[in-house]
Formats: sequence, structure tokens, C-alpha cells
Amino acid sequence: MISADNLQLTFGKGTPLENPALRGLSLKVDPGEFVTVIGSNGAGKSTLLNALSGEVMVDSGQIIVDDKDVTKLPTHRRADRVARVFQDPLAGTCEDLTIEENMSLAIKRGMRRGLGSGVKNRYRKRFRDALAELNLGLENRLGDRMGLLSGGQRQAVSLLMASLNPSSILLLDEHTAALDPRTARFVLNLTCNIVERHRKTALMVTHSMKQALDVGSRTVMLHQGQVVFDISGEEREGLEVPDLLSLFEKQRGLEVTDDSLLLG
Amino acid sequence: MLSEIALYGAFETGLIYGIVAFGVYLSFRVLHFPDLTVDGSFPLGAAVAAVMIIDGFNPWLATGMALVAGMGAGAVTALLNVRLHILNLLASILTMIALYSVNLRIMGRPNIALLSEETVLTPWYELDLAFHQVPVALFLLVSLVGLVMLWRFMQSETGLAMRATGANPRMARSQGIATGWMIVLGIALSNGLVALAGALFAQSQGAADVTMGVGVIVIGLASLIGGEAVLTPRNVFRALLACLVGAILYRLAIALALNADFVGLKTQDLNLITAVLVTLAIVLPNARHSVKSFFSRS
Repeated sequence: MISADNLQLTFGKGTPLENPALRGLSLKVDPGEFVTVIGSNGAGKSTLLNALSGEVMVDSGQIIVDDKDVTKLPTHRRADRVARVFQDPLAGTCEDLTIEENMSLAIKRGMRRGLGSGVKNRYRKRFRDALAELNLGLENRLGDRMGLLSGGQRQAVSLLMASLNPSSILLLDEHTAALDPRTARFVLNLTCNIVERHRKTALMVTHSMKQALDVGSRTVMLHQGQVVFDISGEEREGLEVPDLLSLFEKQRGLEVTDDSLLLG
Repeated sequence: MLSEIALYGAFETGLIYGIVAFGVYLSFRVLHFPDLTVDGSFPLGAAVAAVMIIDGFNPWLATGMALVAGMGAGAVTALLNVRLHILNLLASILTMIALYSVNLRIMGRPNIALLSEETVLTPWYELDLAFHQVPVALFLLVSLVGLVMLWRFMQSETGLAMRATGANPRMARSQGIATGWMIVLGIALSNGLVALAGALFAQSQGAADVTMGVGVIVIGLASLIGGEAVLTPRNVFRALLACLVGAILYRLAIALALNADFVGLKTQDLNLITAVLVTLAIVLPNARHSVKSFFSRS
């Protein structure tokens, strides 16, 4: 469960470059909901994810994840509830560490780390089983350095890492945008499987309106740091990209081109 | 070309600088934190150990306290960076400068002789070993124990978290790792090792001197980079082994350069030789690569 209430955040406050990123944004996501987030450049999509994960602190407002107020907590103290996959496929893993070492880091996400062995034998079977489902042959390469994997493979492993232990919410920040179309499709399918199987509450930022409608159970559009519309259920069924555009225009009374949203 | 005593001498100091190189590996390679505190924590270790030995404490206890003092110095550097947001390099220079005064305060004078005192080496002279072999045996033991313990630590949950902190801090945070504390722990550990080396160095040379830290960071780096050039470390164990090998090779190279009369080098040329060796160690691996690609092109 995520409850974001009246989030305000301005970058560079009091400077000529003052830039309000979130202007009273509120969003409530129920457990198990898979929400796709769209919006043009500067709409506040990434800032919203950064605020939820703790990478940036909001100026005002309140963020509750699973009945716990996390508004003031830094990233590492929210990590037990929040799992995240970044846009850059290289950002979610350490290239100098082996596959099993990366996965062992993730299996202890948000837990105490002691002096016991980092990669435990009992983990290895779990890692192998999880990797085998990717059909990329990675299950036999546990000891390989992460840096030897392609971007798509690394993003797939990042997703697995996010699902290794129970977190209540999963944040996906345009995590297929930097991949070629085929790999992007593969990673997206994997995302849907993982969200469904683990019944994750997920928030996926995407730049593709088609993807936003095809995937998940609810779509939210941001504009200038606010939610401009929020559709789910029957209303969302059968909706096409042009419908989404006209909905946006109706909401805002603005003329927008498909491009500015697609590229945003 | 090299006398037996000079050879053992090279191994003796090489093993001590190998422990310095472990510390430099932790800061420069694992945490990507260019830490110059080393130049102050090396004599700090020597000073603490020397004063305690003069005061009649057990030399091993004195050496242990030197390690603890070094960890304190490292923690100060890391906290200046993590808590007060001072640039890491600058934070370490501040601590290094401050330690010069601290070391003088600890010793009460610029140097302390340990020649007639009981040191960690004293009981080892009872063994059936030649006089110049004793320090090599003891320091080999200490550095190997250090290597194994560090290697095990790097495989532990906390060790993995520390490596992630250096390699990808954003990822580390999102996995719930308190990266700030990891830096404090790592830099403290690094300087603890360097101070330990300083304490051993003072006991093997028979004196602690406030200026003995000058250039230690360059020697540590020389050992680290030289060892990497020789061993091309693919994992932590090889990287740590490279520190020891690099430090011994470095001392051997220095001993050779100074012993070969035909070269005409003297002791005062030591720092110049070091700088040249470090430069070569950095440049040569790349040069080998470019020579190879030059031939494959033609």
C-alpha cells in the first residue's frame, strides 16, 4: 500500500533556477495494484519515484508505505519496504561483483548484515532456480562477474533481485527504455510475471502510452507535478492511445501532441 | 648483485608495506576513496606502539593499540567526509596534517629509540633462525593472517555491502545499506592496518620517528599498482595477494637499484625512484596493450 498525500517539492529553492517538481501531488495505491505512470518531460514522474524511494526528500506532504510513515526516512531505511529497478540497466547491479554476490546483497535487502558468509550455500539453489526461469543460461554462471552480462540480462537480474525477498512496493523507473525492442518486451513480460506471482504493489513509470495501457491495472498521468487523471477498471478497458490523448486535452484544456508525451 | 642481508631486508620491509597496501586497497580500490590519512596514521601507529613499549606494556598489546588508534584516525577522516560533506581527498589531508601534531604530542619528542626494548620480535630471536631471517618470518606470518582475515571479511555480508558501497552507492542504498557508515568502517579498517604496519616498522627499525610517514601513501600505491600489473586481480583474494607481491617487488627493485653500483644511485634518490616506478607501473600495462594492437593492425 502506498499513500502519498499532498507532496510538494521544489528543486533549487530561492535560486533563479527554481523548479517546482511536485505541486501537491496525491496518490493512493491499494495492495496488489499495478499502476502505470505516464506524463511528459518534467511532469514529475521520476521525482515521484525518487521521493517514494527516499533518494529525494519532499518539502512537505506525507508518504505512507504499509501503514508506516516513511516521509523522513533515508533510502536505506525504507529498503525493507521498497524495491526498485532503475532506467539504466547498469545502475541496479555492481559490475565488479559476481552474479551470486549481487543476488546475495539483494536477498538481505533491508535486513541486518553481519560477519557471516555473504553468499550462502542455501541461497545458491534459490538463485539457480530463479535464474533458470529467465532461459538465458545464467543459472550456470553464478560465479561470473556482473559486468560480463549484457544490459538486458543485467536488467532481468535486477528484476529478480527486486523480487527475492518480500517488499511491499516495487518501483520501476522506465526500466525498459534503454533496451532494444526485443529485450524490452522480454523484460516487460518478466515484470508482469513477477508482479503477478508475488502480488506486488507496483508503480511503473513509462514513456510509452501504449505500454501504459497494455500493462497493469490502473494508469495515472502526471502533469506539472500533479495527477491529471487516474483511470482503472472498466473505464480503462479498451482504451486506446488517441483516447488517452483526448482525455488529457479535455482535462487540461490544452493542445498536446502525441510526440511530446511519447518522448517525455 | 644483492647480498643475502639486503635480500632479506627487502622482504622484511616489503611485507610491512604489503600491510600498508592492504589498507590502500580498501580505500582506493574497494571504496574509491582517495585517502591520504595514511601518511599520518603510519607514524601514529609507530608512535603509539613505541610509547607503550617504553612504558613497559606488552609489545603485542602496544601493537594492538596502535591498530585501534589508526582506526580512530581513519574514522575521523571518513566522518569529515560523510557527516560534514568535506571532499574526501581534502578530509584526508586535514586529518593527515592534524596527525603530525598528535604524533608529536604522543611521543613528546620527534623520535623514540626502541633498540634495547622488548618488541614483538624479541621472543622470535630464540628460534633457530639466522638474525636477519627472524623479522621476515614474523612479518610473513602477520601479513598472511591479515590477508586471510581481510579476504574472509570481504566475502561476509558486511564485506559485500562495503564493496557495493564503493562500486555503486545508489544501488547499495536501495538495497538498504547505510553507505555512510560503510565508508566510516572501511576507512577506519584501512588506517588501522596502516597503523599496524607503522607499529611493526618502528619495532623492526628500532625507532619511531615523526617524519617516517612521508610518502607512505605513494609506497602503498606503488605496491598496489605494481602488484596489479603483475597479477591482474580478478577477485579479492588475488587482489590482496597482489598487494603483498607488489610491495615485495617494489622493495626488491629499490634494493637492486641502490645496490647496483654501476647505476650510481644513492639513498637520497629513493623518492625519485619510487615516483618513476609508480609511473611505469601505471603506464606499462597500457603500453603493452597498445604495442599488441599496433602489431595486430599491421
